[in-house]
Amino acid sequence: MPGLVHVSTTINGNPTDFLCEPRQSLLEVLRDVLGMTGTKEGCNDGNCGACTVMFDGRIVTSCLVLGVEAQGKEITTIEGVASPEGLHPVQQAFLENAALQCGICTPGFIVATKALLDREPDADEGRIRHWLAGNLCRCTGYDKIVRAVLDAEEKMKA
Amino acid sequence: MEAVEFTTPKTIDEAVQAMASKGDRARALAGGTDLLVQLRGGRRSADLVVDLKDVPELNEISYNASSGLTIGAATPCYRLYADANVAANYPGLVDSASLIGSIQIQGRASLGGNLCNSAPSADAIPPMIALGSVANVVGPNGSRQIPVEDFCTGPGRNVLEPGEILVSINVPAPPANSGASYLRFIPRNEMDIAVAGVGSAVVLDGSGQNFVSARISLASVAPTPVFCKAAGDSLAGKAVSDEAIEEAARLAMEDAKPITDMRGTIRQRIHLVGVLTRRTLNIAIQRARGEE
Repeated sequence: MPGLVHVSTTINGNPTDFLCEPRQSLLEVLRDVLGMTGTKEGCNDGNCGACTVMFDGRIVTSCLVLGVEAQGKEITTIEGVASPEGLHPVQQAFLENAALQCGICTPGFIVATKALLDREPDADEGRIRHWLAGNLCRCTGYDKIVRAVLDAEEKMKA
Repeated sequence: MEAVEFTTPKTIDEAVQAMASKGDRARALAGGTDLLVQLRGGRRSADLVVDLKDVPELNEISYNASSGLTIGAATPCYRLYADANVAANYPGLVDSASLIGSIQIQGRASLGGNLCNSAPSADAIPPMIALGSVANVVGPNGSRQIPVEDFCTGPGRNVLEPGEILVSINVPAPPANSGASYLRFIPRNEMDIAVAGVGSAVVLDGSGQNFVSARISLASVAPTPVFCKAAGDSLAGKAVSDEAIEEAARLAMEDAKPITDMRGTIRQRIHLVGVLTRRTLNIAIQRARGEE
């Protein structure tokens, strides 16, 4: 039985140490070890994008990363998106455009959307739909989400 | 997922030692987008996961105008399409790297992992075969070079022996007036497994009107990726024409030996091979002429 591994990483700007088993995914570590339940588990096999986090500057599905792979990395989760002053423009736009119903997919969509708009502030609808193809939503039918992302673009430029 | 041990070797020697220490109970980890799903689902099992991403040779892309492109086996897809040399010289590889999975998957998944996973539907393998790529493998008994078309031996199976790792893939420098393309058919726009896929690479003469050589490879129509030698060879020396392309497509369809499953039927898949062979050849020709 392999023992617990000590991992030192940075989550939302905070140096973070944790112990995990090598078999545990980063998603399990975030939720079950660190109590950061903002990141959601959907399919647990990389298809749905609910568990999307930033991992060294790229979006990844945290169910397909091992917790031990976080050693020395920089991770941003949904908990790191809002500021103490208020919601991030992407979050605000999702609220105002009713781009969520049950909400399970929402943290993943917001992390993925922020990653896109930080990189490509002028992404058009086609690019937005392509970028978000790895995030599944069974409630909204996607149109409201795409409208929210376009709205967030405007808000972030203002 | 059952309990495993985990190690992060820093050199090729350490990686080979770790892999050899557990024989077929060791699994190499690159992006993990196939392996972790398989381990969790019980389709593969392992006592030791060997994370190869800290080995420098497995995590770098280098390009040289004479020796070509060397892709570290664990280099994620996004680094291929973000690399100016790859984008300029290997559009056929970019086609694959930018349609595998989602943006999230492309942040982790590697072409080397795609090859070692050896799925018949692997999107990265046909363009690698079409471009004449070679796999660089190192194991306890030394190193060997394997043409990519000889790498896969069955669904999920390949020539790697216990203890061996894929270090890198070498893609030859593109000859003058050459171009390549990969297309797959899926019933959705994104995020699906190929019903059929075709990778084509052509070399034209200086006029751009005649084939010097061509290579064609197929996905999802046999237990392994298929190298269609006859189809590619049929183009050598011929003038670029619809008739020549049609004949190559016909020969590629002869090499397709698909099954009927939930993704498609035998008849549909063979038809798709013809369509995609014509399309990829035409795109490769345009690219060779600098028209795209």
